[in-house]
Amino acid sequence: MVWGASLSKKALHIKIKELKSDIAVAKDVEVSIGRIFDETWTEPVGPTPFPSITDLREWDFKLLQRYKPFYLPFCDVCCLCTFGKCDLTGDKRGACGLNMAAQQSRIVLLACCIGAATHIAHARHLVEHLMEKYGRNIPLDIGGLNIEVEAPVTRLVCGIKPEALKDLEDALDYCEEQVTHLLSATHTGQEGSNLDFESKVLHAGMVDQVGMEIADLAQISVLGLPKADPEAPLADLGFGIADISKPTILVIGHNVPSSVGIIDYLTDKGMLGEVEVVGICCTAHDITRYSSMAKIVGPISWQLRYIRSGLADLIVVDEQCIRADALVEAQKVKAPVIASSPKNCLGLENRDKNPSKEIISDLVEEKVPGVLILDPDKVGEVAVETVMAVAPKRKKFKVIPEIEEIIKAAQECNQCNECMRACPNNQPIPEAIKAAAKGDLNPLAEILESCIGCARCDSACPNDFPLHSFIVKAGEKQLWAEKFKMRVGRGAIQDVEIREVGGPIVLGDIPGVVALVGCANYPRSGKEVAEIAEEFAKRRFIVVTSGCAAMSIAMVKDEEGRTLYEKYPGSFDAGGIVNVGSCVANSHIAGAAIKIASIFAKRRLRANYEEIADYISNRVGAVGVAWGAYSQKAASIAAGVWRLGIPVIVGPHGTKYRRMLLGRKDKAEDWYVYDARTGDKVYVGPAPEHLFTAAETKEEAMVLIAKLCMRPNDTTRGRAIKLTHYVDLHKRLYSVMPDDIHLFVRNKTDIPITMKDEILKILEEKGWKERRIPDPTLLPRLIRKRGE
Amino acid sequence: MSAKAEPWQTAEIAGPKKALLILKPEVVVAMVKRAKRPILVVGSLAAEDYSDDVKMIDYAIRMSRAAEIPVVATAHMTTEFIKRGLRPAGWMPAVDIGNRLKDPEWKGLDGTGPYDLAMFMGLPYYMEFVVLAGLKHFSTNLKTISLDRFYNPHALWSFPNLSVKDWSESFETMIRKLGVE
Repeated sequence: MVWGASLSKKALHIKIKELKSDIAVAKDVEVSIGRIFDETWTEPVGPTPFPSITDLREWDFKLLQRYKPFYLPFCDVCCLCTFGKCDLTGDKRGACGLNMAAQQSRIVLLACCIGAATHIAHARHLVEHLMEKYGRNIPLDIGGLNIEVEAPVTRLVCGIKPEALKDLEDALDYCEEQVTHLLSATHTGQEGSNLDFESKVLHAGMVDQVGMEIADLAQISVLGLPKADPEAPLADLGFGIADISKPTILVIGHNVPSSVGIIDYLTDKGMLGEVEVVGICCTAHDITRYSSMAKIVGPISWQLRYIRSGLADLIVVDEQCIRADALVEAQKVKAPVIASSPKNCLGLENRDKNPSKEIISDLVEEKVPGVLILDPDKVGEVAVETVMAVAPKRKKFKVIPEIEEIIKAAQECNQCNECMRACPNNQPIPEAIKAAAKGDLNPLAEILESCIGCARCDSACPNDFPLHSFIVKAGEKQLWAEKFKMRVGRGAIQDVEIREVGGPIVLGDIPGVVALVGCANYPRSGKEVAEIAEEFAKRRFIVVTSGCAAMSIAMVKDEEGRTLYEKYPGSFDAGGIVNVGSCVANSHIAGAAIKIASIFAKRRLRANYEEIADYISNRVGAVGVAWGAYSQKAASIAAGVWRLGIPVIVGPHGTKYRRMLLGRKDKAEDWYVYDARTGDKVYVGPAPEHLFTAAETKEEAMVLIAKLCMRPNDTTRGRAIKLTHYVDLHKRLYSVMPDDIHLFVRNKTDIPITMKDEILKILEEKGWKERRIPDPTLLPRLIRKRGE
Repeated sequence: MSAKAEPWQTAEIAGPKKALLILKPEVVVAMVKRAKRPILVVGSLAAEDYSDDVKMIDYAIRMSRAAEIPVVATAHMTTEFIKRGLRPAGWMPAVDIGNRLKDPEWKGLDGTGPYDLAMFMGLPYYMEFVVLAGLKHFSTNLKTISLDRFYNPHALWSFPNLSVKDWSESFETMIRKLGVE
């Protein structure tokens, strides 16, 4: 790999409206003369600008050598082509020659391609929409003077320094090209090696991070979302926060322009305050970052319960994580639907070319159940005018049954158990229905806590009872009591914050950065995420959060009625709980790790992926936790941080991603690094032990978090602090000392002073020997010869 | 005892190779007695009530003692075992024990060699489902049994979907026939 490699990705593209010469007049001439690069960024270009799908393969194999895949197939067959179905059980191969390991890694790659494509397409839509509306030359500004490294992921991966909206197009072109290549590798007869599939998974994750960063950069810069503000305002969150005496618009999804259109229209018409705008999922994040008038209902799981409760008089859906039956459910409560994304048209007629009045009339008079409008400003007008007319007619019409209806249905239930067998969390619905038949709805209400809102129970019921609605009705009291505060997404981490915490993180004084991210497919309750957040904030870790997890963190109050966002600061510092924002804001978490290497450690950033990833994996004690991860996007987000050497823990449902990347602490040979000072190979212990693992309970997750924050570079003081947390949590939650403590103690000064006698005894029993702390690297090219 | 081999979670269809049904608890007894190195993996649901007076963990402890089978506790189950007077031979996440069991080179918790029979109970159904699938496809010389009261098709052997009473009676029989507690 060569420093100063040419960076030739940017095309010079000239459009000439009219060209007159002596011999001819030409109109609409377009000339492309190759690709040039704007060299205003003076940092030398690193070895891997715009890396291809194989450029970082060597690095990937280093990670995969240590963290080997453990595949967890759903089923024995492959059914992706007409050769199949093929039985891949054990060592069998399919008609195409593929074996089970390769097939599983192929499925993981498919998931990550879907996830990456979703974020990249989201970013493409945002950038094009914002350029069209506000101009191509809008400068990128996500933190004013507090942020100089405004796009750490893009700078690292692509080697470009985007300064204006238009500069993001090059990175988007690159991402789209890479996803196409990656997806093509999943075709029958392409890739045959599971490890090469895994390398491509990591590549998909990396470009996904670029796509997410572009999306958030663009919307922060242009729409004026909080700019790296630790004191971003608090927004209302919860089922009970809307003033339901007003017409209410519910926005669902992830891509905010249509919701912005609604707020802008209300503002322009002086109607703010006349209409409630509430959101679910990441659109709710971003619209509350945009306007203090908007409110958040809750995470993804709240869709059905809110729609069926009839509280929304009109529903606007954009893209991602929206229930496919949103239109069907909305029709049940007579709420019109506006679909606003080309990716989610719901079979509705595109009405962009019709006058707004005509569309509004059709919706109000119920001539159509919904419309597709792709122009966000038009969505704003149609949504507001329609909801004003529809709300008085609807009178919050709902399809949640009355208690008497539930009791009557419960008495007809034949206890077939199909609802429980369909429930992802195996909830005891039949028992609860049995109690309901006798008039006791409490067991049903208790199920709401761990209900992920999928309504598979409804579908499974042979009597067609709307069991999900029964549960919602039974838990109505607790639902209405949901009134919380969430600090809205602040966006990026400031450079100055990185300068202040970079040292303590790398040296271990701040014991770790815990990123609580992802969806709401929780095994028990979203409250577990809040419990994890508070446990580690109290322990002076930095807790970062985003997406549905950030909402779940808000949904717990202490005795004084304060949420965690009111109790803990939003600064990127020890003891902070830092909400960066929606899914696409996840890029700021990877970005913070990258900035620690770049700003604090002054490592070259530009197109220098391997070195930065090597730095992070050996020094930055960060761990991601996606407790309720369900989506393909969550898979690609995780893959993006794996390539940087950051481990990720998922909840038990995460095992259905079908592959873990697990280290083996019992294999000493896997845990050697180079000492960059001498070139010696040095044993550093299993730090971090895994790259991708699943915890079964929140207690197990907590112990894993503390353990996975250890890094080879920890100073003795830092390691002692990290060990204190690990041992303390292990003893408290497992009632025993860890059985692997000898692997993490490098010399006696690593031992926490209060645990000295206990740990020394264990070390003696294990035959432990003191070892040195290297300047760790996995890259031979970073070895400095002695004396240099 | 019902002889229907239906996955408890309706959609969890395994494929061509499905677990053989344990229609008599003596099947498990015979397999344990035949095994040179059996192991029992017990998950986080084991301490939850199956019914007012039945907890899986109590049966796991009695079985472990009756047949001298080492226990691996997953999640935070060490606490529950220790409360009941049994220190597990090992503890680790479910995916970790799965990953080790698939490795024919693993020397086991005591360093003396690989296991030839792994029995699972008390994990969330879907988690046990995929861990058993990993072992079905990638382990060598390992037999697996699901001891939960739900049919888990990726095991080599599994109970069918059972009532608590039937399940409990099966365990009583197994413990009685495996030896003196």
